[in-house]
Amino acid sequence: MAAVQETVDRVRRIDVDQYRYGFETLIESDKAPKGLSEDTVRFISAKKNEPAWMLEWRLEAYRRWLTMTEPKWARVDYPRIDYQDLYYYSAPKPKKTIGSLDEIDPEILETYKKLGIPLREVEVLEGVVRPEGERRIAVDAVFDSVSVATTFQKELKQAGVIFMPISEAIREHPELVKKYLGTVVPTSDNYFATLNSAVFSDGSFVYVPPGVRCPMELSTYFRINERNTGQFERTLIIADKGAYVSYLEGCTAPQRDENQLHAAVVELITHDDAEIKYSTVQNWYPGYSEGKGGIYNFVTKRGDCRGNNSKISWTQVETGSAITWKYPSCILRGDNSRGEFYSIAISNGHQQVDSGTKMIHLGKNTTSRIISKGIAAGVSQNTYRGLVTAHRKATGARNFTACDSLLIGDKCGAHTVPYIEAKNSSALFEHEATTSKISEDVLFYCVQRGLSQEEAVGLVVNGFVKDVLQQLPMEFAVEAQKLISISLEGSVG
Amino acid sequence: MNVVLAKTETAHAKSDIKSDILAVARDRLPGTGKVADLRRQALEAHERLGLPHRRIEDWKYTDLRVLMREVLPLAGAPDAAALKRAAAALKLHAIAGARRVVLVDGVFAPSLSETSDLGKDIGIRTLHEVLEAGDAALQAQLFSPDNSDAMVALNSAMMTDGIVIEVADNAVVPRPLHIVHIASGAAPAAMFTRSLIRIGRHASATLVESYIGAEDAKAYQVHDSLIVAIGDGARLDHVRLIEDSREAFNISSAVVTLGANAHFNTFGMNTGSLVSRYQAVIVVAGEGSRVETNGVNLLNGRQHADTTLFLDHAVPNCSSNEIFRAVLDDRGHSVFQGRIIVRPKAQKTAAKMMTRALLLSDEAEADNKPELEIFADDVTCGHGATTGALDDSLLFYLRARGLPEKEAQALLILAFVGEAIESIANDALRELASLAAQRWLAARS
Repeated sequence: MAAVQETVDRVRRIDVDQYRYGFETLIESDKAPKGLSEDTVRFISAKKNEPAWMLEWRLEAYRRWLTMTEPKWARVDYPRIDYQDLYYYSAPKPKKTIGSLDEIDPEILETYKKLGIPLREVEVLEGVVRPEGERRIAVDAVFDSVSVATTFQKELKQAGVIFMPISEAIREHPELVKKYLGTVVPTSDNYFATLNSAVFSDGSFVYVPPGVRCPMELSTYFRINERNTGQFERTLIIADKGAYVSYLEGCTAPQRDENQLHAAVVELITHDDAEIKYSTVQNWYPGYSEGKGGIYNFVTKRGDCRGNNSKISWTQVETGSAITWKYPSCILRGDNSRGEFYSIAISNGHQQVDSGTKMIHLGKNTTSRIISKGIAAGVSQNTYRGLVTAHRKATGARNFTACDSLLIGDKCGAHTVPYIEAKNSSALFEHEATTSKISEDVLFYCVQRGLSQEEAVGLVVNGFVKDVLQQLPMEFAVEAQKLISISLEGSVG
Repeated sequence: MNVVLAKTETAHAKSDIKSDILAVARDRLPGTGKVADLRRQALEAHERLGLPHRRIEDWKYTDLRVLMREVLPLAGAPDAAALKRAAAALKLHAIAGARRVVLVDGVFAPSLSETSDLGKDIGIRTLHEVLEAGDAALQAQLFSPDNSDAMVALNSAMMTDGIVIEVADNAVVPRPLHIVHIASGAAPAAMFTRSLIRIGRHASATLVESYIGAEDAKAYQVHDSLIVAIGDGARLDHVRLIEDSREAFNISSAVVTLGANAHFNTFGMNTGSLVSRYQAVIVVAGEGSRVETNGVNLLNGRQHADTTLFLDHAVPNCSSNEIFRAVLDDRGHSVFQGRIIVRPKAQKTAAKMMTRALLLSDEAEADNKPELEIFADDVTCGHGATTGALDDSLLFYLRARGLPEKEAQALLILAFVGEAIESIANDALRELASLAAQRWLAARS
């Protein structure tokens, strides 16, 4: 109850037009010229001091991209993107080498403060001793496109975990990057992934060696800052045999008039007995209430359960962006591997969400679970699009899917587009979907007991998404719960 | 769409129909002037689109460029020998008590049909007649299906005959109307038919459509379509039985419109044909109406059956229920695509869809795509889909009680499809469908 009250208080403070994280940091940035050409690709590669093979890889992707056309099948509608009118690279001016947070541009630090990143790391740097055994988070902060601070490096190093910006990994661990990059999402995968392959600026690289349980939650905060800068992160996470890692990703962005393009690629690879848990809270700027501006989020996320008994779990809370086009998927290649997808997608105002997952059962006795909760309010459109498929050899494949949609108001739309394909008799698939509105009876019950209409809706919605919230790491769950109520503000009454 | 899925091959020749097919068949196609213009437009639309392939979302699982390759030439008009073969085939599929109307090789066969003593409540004409000399409004209605689908366009261009049934207001038609499509010839050929049924206000009728082949008929193509208009307060019970030759193709479409407080109950059962596709668009245009669409696919060998339903809820206070079952043996491939759209004004809609597939073989394939598009908030909509094998514990229970394995399986399968069959309102027809399922099961062992 206390949490709900807090949520409601918070909602009151915030006007729908005043995006809480809508501020802009004024720091000089190092930009590539506007537009996309081979020169842009070379510029980015040179900026990153990349080896020749990496440049070649990018150029190949770029040439491929030129032959492709933008996909139109998703239920999203947006003005044509002029790819020549974007900046493809911007980096904060480097200040010598960064050894500690003190050396970071104070404005950037201020930004993190406003973002509400508690930066436990700050405490660590200031010598605050934390009790033994308390959960810790390592933050690799991507500020615009360059990772400016990586903390907890030492402890991770002791465990043998490699956690660094991917640009560094390309230089320091070329053998690992070469071996895995583009093996889950090939450069030719889709329009946006190919674009990303050509111009990705930075992102995170994680390698957890065999038998290692990563000692802390790894976390990256993405933030789109420079005006007109598309951001193209590339994340690559590898859990070697028997390894475990939990990765958190959270996003906010400043208020903007012009649309910003975001086309990230995330690749996850698990070997035998390994597990990756990937959680996202996405709260990018959704645009003004009349539907102008906001982030275009075209993301390709895919995990490959390459080894036997491996597991990949995606959890996402999607509340921001004007357009969301995102299908975190699992390729269940190894026998007995498991894929999970837990999603809360909330759309309000003029937001358009087309999100879902793909569970591709290839190995024997593979299992997957999909829990998707879509909430549409305002004049938004919210689509779940998913694929569950069992191939000939996927004996004993098992899937359970539940996708529920909640409609708030009569001008929004909630859609479900599942594809269920079974090519093996022992595959057992169950799928259920419901669409409804919040029951008047339930609201009446709550209001009668003294809750306001808005509090009641907050309560019901939080109950509706509980199954998914429980999957989030504690740090995120609290934040996410608040976010959900904030996102729905203005949708009732 | 994905790495592990092979990239689509679309190299197949687009021109699947000889552009002079219309010229060749011209003297067989009824209608002049406006009708001929509409045919020309439809043919142009079809030629522009070519045969549907997997890159066309609605045909994702039924790639006719691979499965059918080409449209066969128009079947010749049946001669006396053809009619004799058709009559023999008809004997096995007659429905007691029904009023029979027979199309042999796509042409109305008066000698096999029962069109006398119709009374004033019901009018039956042939499509040929209506296109040659019918009123313009009716002709326009016959061309109402949208040319955006390549196979509907082909059907509009090539339709040679069919049955046009009009049921008067307040009429209760006691005998089911049975339209039988028979392919008579051994030569591979295509037949193109279109039928229409109009149910007047507060009237009710039962329509059965059967698709069968004579003994020698093997690799023929059936291209059929049905236009249904149900008036306010009226009711239509509709049953489709596809028992075509196991080498045949059956590509059928339906466009159904319901008035206010109307009731449409439809059931389809598919045990025949090599490749079949049934695509129905059901528009609930009047308040307080009810739709039940149910179906069963029983497939084995290399059979492929695709049921694609599009249910359009445009007005408030309507309900719809879809129950679909597929039983797949050998390399059978069943496709169910059900799309329900609830438009912004259609408040208080209750729409349900349940699709289940039973895989009896490791080479069988079941593809389900139950789609919901909801634009109104005060609705209760849901869909469910399951795919799996027979429940081992149930089988064990029956076997423990002394049933041989095949019998135990048959019992469970019959119960599985029974849920859909039970929805047929007419007792005799329900029994007929149930017997067809039992025959299929008996032939299995």
